[in-house]
Amino acid sequence: MPLVSLSHFEAALLFALFTSIVMGVVGKNTDRERLRYGVRCFAWFAFALLAIGWVMRLGHG
Amino acid sequence: MAAKEKKKREPMAPLRLWLPAVTLGWLVPGGGHFLLKRSIRGSLLLFAVASMFLLGIMMRGVMFLPRTGDLLTTVIHCGGFLGNLASGVFYLLTVWLGYVQPDAAGHMHDYGTKFLVTAGLLNVLAMVDAYEIAAGKKD
Repeated sequence: MPLVSLSHFEAALLFALFTSIVMGVVGKNTDRERLRYGVRCFAWFAFALLAIGWVMRLGHG
Repeated sequence: MAAKEKKKREPMAPLRLWLPAVTLGWLVPGGGHFLLKRSIRGSLLLFAVASMFLLGIMMRGVMFLPRTGDLLTTVIHCGGFLGNLASGVFYLLTVWLGYVQPDAAGHMHDYGTKFLVTAGLLNVLAMVDAYEIAAGKKD
């Protein structure tokens, strides 16, 4: 199995993508709602990733 | 009040309705959905769980073994082991093929370990969904 090397950002985005897919699939009752929920989950993951990343960057000075 | 009481004590659906879907869902992520004729959702679940697990392996994540000791050690190792085990056939194949990764420093290994456990936890969500569909609680 090849070794992959990703940055923090890439790994966290992939984590967000796969988690959002599953949450979208199991979370709601209609396909439209599932799609919207999945996209919303991914957007919140990405937002939190960037926001917390900046907080840590500014915190470290 | 009586209605609330009745709702609380709703009987569990018969085992024969949901056990095959949940068992297959554990063994093959999304398998329960395939069995229940929800192929597109099953495919998405299989894709997401398999990709997460494979990325975890490619990042050389650590597989947990159940270990006891102080509370934190027990929670981390037993919980991690259950999370790994929940990936079903991926976990079984990986162990069978002799994958062993010593715990090493580095963000890639850490991400890999989290990806491996999360793949199992996502499969638990898929199994719960399969149970609800099979038991008629959800479409």
